[in-house]
Amino acid sequence: MSRAALLLCQVLVAVVVLALWQVFTTVPLFGRILLPPFFFSNPIDVFSQIINWFASGVIWKHLAITLWESILAFVIGSALGILVGFWFARQPRVAAVFDPYVKMTNALPRVVLAPIFALWFGLGIWSKVALGVTLVFFIVFFNVYQGVKEVSTTVLDNGRMLGMSERQLMRHVYWPSALSWMFSSLHTSVGFAVVGAVVGEYLGAAAGLGYLIQQAEGVFDVAGVFAGMFVLSAFVILIDMAVTVVERRLLVWRPAAAREA
Amino acid sequence: MNQAMDKAKPTAVALEDATVAFRLADARVYTAVERARLAVAHGEFVAIVGPTGCGKSTLLNVAAGLLKPAAGAVTIFDQPLAGLNRDAGYLFQADALFPWKTAIDNVAIGLEIKGTPRQKALEQAQAWLTSVGLGAFANRYPHMLSGGQRKRVGLAQVLIRDPKILLMDEPFGPLDAQTRQVMGNLLLELWTADRKAVLFVTHDLEEAIALADRVVIMSAGPSSRIIGDWRVELPRPRDIFEVRLDKQFHELHREIWGVLKEEVMKGYAQSTQAGGTN
Repeated sequence: MSRAALLLCQVLVAVVVLALWQVFTTVPLFGRILLPPFFFSNPIDVFSQIINWFASGVIWKHLAITLWESILAFVIGSALGILVGFWFARQPRVAAVFDPYVKMTNALPRVVLAPIFALWFGLGIWSKVALGVTLVFFIVFFNVYQGVKEVSTTVLDNGRMLGMSERQLMRHVYWPSALSWMFSSLHTSVGFAVVGAVVGEYLGAAAGLGYLIQQAEGVFDVAGVFAGMFVLSAFVILIDMAVTVVERRLLVWRPAAAREA
Repeated sequence: MNQAMDKAKPTAVALEDATVAFRLADARVYTAVERARLAVAHGEFVAIVGPTGCGKSTLLNVAAGLLKPAAGAVTIFDQPLAGLNRDAGYLFQADALFPWKTAIDNVAIGLEIKGTPRQKALEQAQAWLTSVGLGAFANRYPHMLSGGQRKRVGLAQVLIRDPKILLMDEPFGPLDAQTRQVMGNLLLELWTADRKAVLFVTHDLEEAIALADRVVIMSAGPSSRIIGDWRVELPRPRDIFEVRLDKQFHELHREIWGVLKEEVMKGYAQSTQAGGTN
């Protein structure tokens, strides 16, 4: 299928779904409306709500808050993940001691931590950042740990034979290897930073996209809920595109096949 | 060079009854190499040939200081070896380049870690890349290079540090037959410039005779020993393509192969047996 044909089909799917949605919620079929507008709203209302948000400018504040929370969660979670990942990989004894606790914490659905974080850090951005950090941390941690562990022994021996000290091995071998693993999971970790922010907002906040959705839901404003979902999707797609650009820059040295895998 | 100076010439690598053993998972001890005795003089090119799994690479790792012998001694220029062999450059069989560095950075790194300023290191690296025929590929990453090109970068990476000893573990093993011969000639050309001591491991007897001053044969493992040591009197400079047509080459090949063949068959029998019981 050519690019144009593919794009056409993709647009067609959206058009058909939106058209069906509009028809089922507004036009009576067989004497009744199949999807009650109270529960399903309709595309026109949803999009007018979105346009309204952007026209009045109220949405920007919420977007900025969510973006800021996501960035903070990503940066702090990654920094901690890299630090602990390196530490555990280089100190197998420490890793062995903490292993069951790491597994336990990772197995815990992070949503249940949200109330605790709200208590500890208040309803401002930091409780959301904390939730995002717990999600991002583990992804980065596992990848960095793996990256340090899986350095090819030949490459390592080569570094040693070229005269590298432990510190130089760290800088020229372990560090780039660990980073490459971390970068290969960039999409997942950035995605989780956003999830942490939005879920945190949903569970208790004064601003952000999650707050917006939760508020609309609270007053049975289904159009508002859908509008929030669409804005959130667009937001995530834009972030993901930015990550792809960054990834291309950082992983030039990798063969294309491995990068796509 | 007169005789007295020749005598004073130090031995670059000496293994004295070196035995290498590994502890297996089930606590048994596997002796890879037993009482190996080998001396490589300064400027001498020695090839080690033996059947698969005979511990050739093990012997090389001992000379590099990557492995410690269970018994016996290793001396480098008459000094007992402690830790890594700092006089040696090691060319590995598997890909050993840093995949996240470009060709030129891979070559320059050997100087940079010694504290050479980056600009100067890059200049020298470019010169070395040119002398291995890759002057135009400086900014390629290893995955963008062919297997032969990667070996050339590897050679430049090792030689830029100007090691006194060159250890090579089937360096051209993964390459196709023609590329191997081209690489062999390149190696000889570079080696002729300053005659380092070379310990070259290969399973290819023809390659060994074509390149080396001496060919050492190892028996099939486990507990392999050095069972033969031949001098190759073929004149230098040699061309690998031409030297194979030499009558002397054929005689030597037949003679050594007579010994090696038996070991190869033994090694093959063992490997199939091991496969059957596993």
